[in-house]
Amino acid sequence: MPPVLVGRDLHKWFGVAEALRGASITLDEGEIVAVMGPSGSGKSTLLHCLAGILAPESGQVHFAGRRIDQLPDRDRTNLRRTVFGFVFQFGQLVPELPAVENIALPLLLTGLRRKPALAAASAWLPRLGLDGLGGRLPGELSGGQGQRIALARALIANPKIVFADEPTGALDSVAADQVMELLVDAARAQGSSVLMVTHEPRVAGYADRTVLVRDGVDALRVGAG
Amino acid sequence: MTVPYAVLGLLEESARHGYDLKQSYDRRFGGAKPIRFGQVYRTLAQLVRDGLVEVAGVEAGAGPDRTRYSITPDGVTDLATWLGEPEEPQPQLQTVLFTKVVLALLSGRSAEHFLDTQRARHLAAMKALTTARRTAATTQDALLADYQLFHIEADLRWIDHTVSRLATLAEEVRDAPGPGRA
Repeated sequence: MPPVLVGRDLHKWFGVAEALRGASITLDEGEIVAVMGPSGSGKSTLLHCLAGILAPESGQVHFAGRRIDQLPDRDRTNLRRTVFGFVFQFGQLVPELPAVENIALPLLLTGLRRKPALAAASAWLPRLGLDGLGGRLPGELSGGQGQRIALARALIANPKIVFADEPTGALDSVAADQVMELLVDAARAQGSSVLMVTHEPRVAGYADRTVLVRDGVDALRVGAG
Repeated sequence: MTVPYAVLGLLEESARHGYDLKQSYDRRFGGAKPIRFGQVYRTLAQLVRDGLVEVAGVEAGAGPDRTRYSITPDGVTDLATWLGEPEEPQPQLQTVLFTKVVLALLSGRSAEHFLDTQRARHLAAMKALTTARRTAATTQDALLADYQLFHIEADLRWIDHTVSRLATLAEEVRDAPGPGRA
């Protein structure tokens, strides 16, 4: 089966700094890949280019066999809404909305009616270990609880790929393990691939494969096993 | 375990007397624990017996005769093999990792390549231990796996930190006084 996502010879500049210098990567269907590397190595830029948040200056990104790096902004936004899910270091939940509405956002954005969207979001709460907390605002949740809400939001629309940028960066090791267990189990259960950027080796231990980015180029692949 | 290889590495740099070897070893690897003369000569005798080191000459002097030792081609091969092999991750590994890095730099081999290979071995161990922890039957088993995971993580952080400082370390290793320059 061909990879679900391919980044080939990607170059990206920020002013005079070249953040990506020909990075290449593949992600198979259902595969969990960790991207590691020192600060400033270009690992987050690589994730952003692959997810269509940034457009590379040269190189190609293919999703499900279709080239996506040259799509107009509107089409890339649509792609991010419908087939990609995102988790960031600081959950980036909408502070004015209760937890359950944060989870439901991707469904509401794709046009699902409010009642079924909220019902689907509520069904996630027991799985997150957050039964009864759906009405709380993000500010009333702990860091780990908020990140689990963010994870449910990333997964609820059954995305083909979840992009996670330092998903446990702000958490202690116990909360980080809970988030990772949830991410891995949920992604496996629904067949989503995961591409996660992390500087934490412990988090990379959950991945099928680790890619090391150094100086904007992928340097090392650690296979399964 | 690492002493014979450290001696081989120092002899690959140049032939030396036992006294020279002790001085060089203590300067480069000794830290808080210098090597004893007895251990230097026992190691040399073992390496000569194994054909990895040979006597390069004996110099008469005012005191006892001084024997110079040099590395043999088999010794070079043995050292290169050891340097190229990643170590099984385990607690208290840092002495071996550090020795390998310094010896690689000393001999002009790629310390970065060694560290990359070692990182791959560590990440593979981390993945296996993460699986073991997730499927552990008891909290006790899970915490035992956690203990190893945290130690391997510490090694990995050291590996990444060292890769980022290799250029500086290489300069220091090159500038350290060698034989006859002490």
